Amino acid sequence: MSNQTKHWEKSRGLLLITLAIWFVFSIGIFLFGAEMNEVTGPFGYPWTYWFTCQGSLGIFVILIFWFANRQEKIDEEFGFSEREDE
Amino acid sequence: MKGSFIDNLPRIYGIYTGGFVGFIVIMAIAEQMGMSAKAIGIAFVAFTVFIYALIGYLSRTAQADAYYVAGRQVPTVFNGMATAADWMSGASFVAMAGGIYFKGYGYMALLVGWTGGYVLVASLLAPYLRKFGCYTVPDFIGTRYGGNLARFCAVVVLTVASFTYVTAQINATGTIASVALDIPFQYAVYIGLISILLCSMLGGMRGVTWTQVAQYIVLIIAYLLPVFWISNKMGAGFFPHFMLADEVARIGELEQQFGFIANSKEDLALVPKGLAGITKAHSAVNATPWAFISLALAMMMGTASLPHVMMRYFTTPSVKAARKSVGWSLFFIFLLYSSAPMLATLSKLSLIDPTLSTGIIGKSIAEVQAIDWYQNWNQANLMFVSDFNGNGTLELNEFFMGGKAVVLATPEIAGLPYVISGLVAAGGMAAAMSTADGLILAIANAISHDVYYKIIDPKAETAKRLTVARVLLVVIGFAGATIAAMEIQGILGSVIWAFDFAMSGLFFPLVLGVWWKRANRQGAIAGMILGLVSGAWYLVWVRSGGSGFLGITQLTFGIFGSAVSLVSMVIVSLMTQEPDKATQKMVDNVRVPSGKTILGKQH
Repeated sequence: MSNQTKHWEKSRGLLLITLAIWFVFSIGIFLFGAEMNEVTGPFGYPWTYWFTCQGSLGIFVILIFWFANRQEKIDEEFGFSEREDE
Repeated sequence: MKGSFIDNLPRIYGIYTGGFVGFIVIMAIAEQMGMSAKAIGIAFVAFTVFIYALIGYLSRTAQADAYYVAGRQVPTVFNGMATAADWMSGASFVAMAGGIYFKGYGYMALLVGWTGGYVLVASLLAPYLRKFGCYTVPDFIGTRYGGNLARFCAVVVLTVASFTYVTAQINATGTIASVALDIPFQYAVYIGLISILLCSMLGGMRGVTWTQVAQYIVLIIAYLLPVFWISNKMGAGFFPHFMLADEVARIGELEQQFGFIANSKEDLALVPKGLAGITKAHSAVNATPWAFISLALAMMMGTASLPHVMMRYFTTPSVKAARKSVGWSLFFIFLLYSSAPMLATLSKLSLIDPTLSTGIIGKSIAEVQAIDWYQNWNQANLMFVSDFNGNGTLELNEFFMGGKAVVLATPEIAGLPYVISGLVAAGGMAAAMSTADGLILAIANAISHDVYYKIIDPKAETAKRLTVARVLLVVIGFAGATIAAMEIQGILGSVIWAFDFAMSGLFFPLVLGVWWKRANRQGAIAGMILGLVSGAWYLVWVRSGGSGFLGITQLTFGIFGSAVSLVSMVIVSLMTQEPDKATQKMVDNVRVPSGKTILGKQH
């Protein structure tokens, strides 16, 4: 398997993990919105309410930075990171 | 100052922010010394617009890559701010808190959707399109799939989606300019338009980038300052985002106590158009899972397909920077979006809690009608009370407000000085202008670069190309303003449609262009045309009384459109020949960050 194929396989793996987390916090949890809202969550807000105000939104921000860092590591590992002068 | 402009950015915008805060302080002092509310409003809007125009003038350029992609040297954090301003429209700024105030949970799907979409942007598209080195989104479609027809279809989808969006933004600048400058809306729309064009015409993407950063700073100060101030003044909490749980619970209690009493049709006919009462629970789940999820999903896929956002990531210096920049964009968006529900909570509680001095529910109607701010906003057609049950006391179902009033009127209700209202007007203007600029530029660039240069006259010189681009910018701006002046649709509805149009036609052709090597020209063309047409058909069908299916409404028609787009793109691709070796190699190259971009620096 060529270097490039391996790089792409690993990148695709990272994509799947990223999309799985994204799916959980943008769609998955809202299947149970009504039940989850009965429980008190962070800072005393009901869980579902908190997710829609802050939780999911904040998790997306962290998720993107995490994804970007992981992808950079993968690029470095296979020697595909950009040189600064490009 | 030593060093290049880019090296000095933090200092330049630091000085700018300090200057703006100084301006707010001067206005506050002027208010104490007797400057009229109207003069303060004019000063805020005129001063900020003048600064943007100055930045636009200083960013003028005669080079194609500066005009189209700001020379590809915008640092990640600044590109994040510019994208956030590009993204947060007049609707986000003025109407979002109102939407949450009136519709609660069902509306919050938009918050989740408009942020979650950035995960798709970061992981599926932005870095790869940056590696491609395109100037516009159709540039990618045209080169990846080859042929003028594919390119042209992409331009059509882009234009339909962006134009739907831009009229709403010009409308918003007109509304704010007409209130702040006290001139009729029909003229204010054109004043708004000229301000927008001043930012983008001379400098193209470069001008828009640096004005958008400046606009972000104004709009975020204008949004956060009142939220923190009101929260502290009410004693609700020093940092509202973490401390409003009691207030949210208290609203729930009051809702129980008052009950949601439905008004009769005859009574509602007396309420001015556009105003609504509180009929939905504030923090309870009031929508079915599918209603929530389908709206969030449509907004997320639409986010990843809207060209004015995508093209911001063409301006970063590298692929790596493009990825990080998406994170910063969402962070800056998060600052405002997470504050909107807090503002809605503070606004609602201060109005309905009878134990607060600002509360009006339970007071006598005559007393409420005598309040200064009530009279002001009643005159502006944003507030209304009526004694339906004739008991002389204001009940929850007898109080009506316009969605915009939550942002515009809450500072005044909470007793903040007028300088804050002037600041909020400047923030709304910044939000609407920055989005309008991004959209008009996206359309004009697509037509000038992809239709004029790539299809009609590939030999045109740079000077001629940029002249065409600027003429188109003005023409499209005026077309948008003319339609906006007719006031056909509301602001928020048309914004949501733009997302649906974009995802119907562009989501799968873009994503599969990177992630599925087998996708070919025929498939992409089928996907774009059938997706857009079926989405548009569904919208028209539902609007004209059709029942719809699967719970897909006129706000989520993109789910149907994009499904058709996906199916037709896959089937047609598999039925026709696979892309040639050169194209497959191109896709391989897009997938690695290192090496030269696919398209040259100047193309």
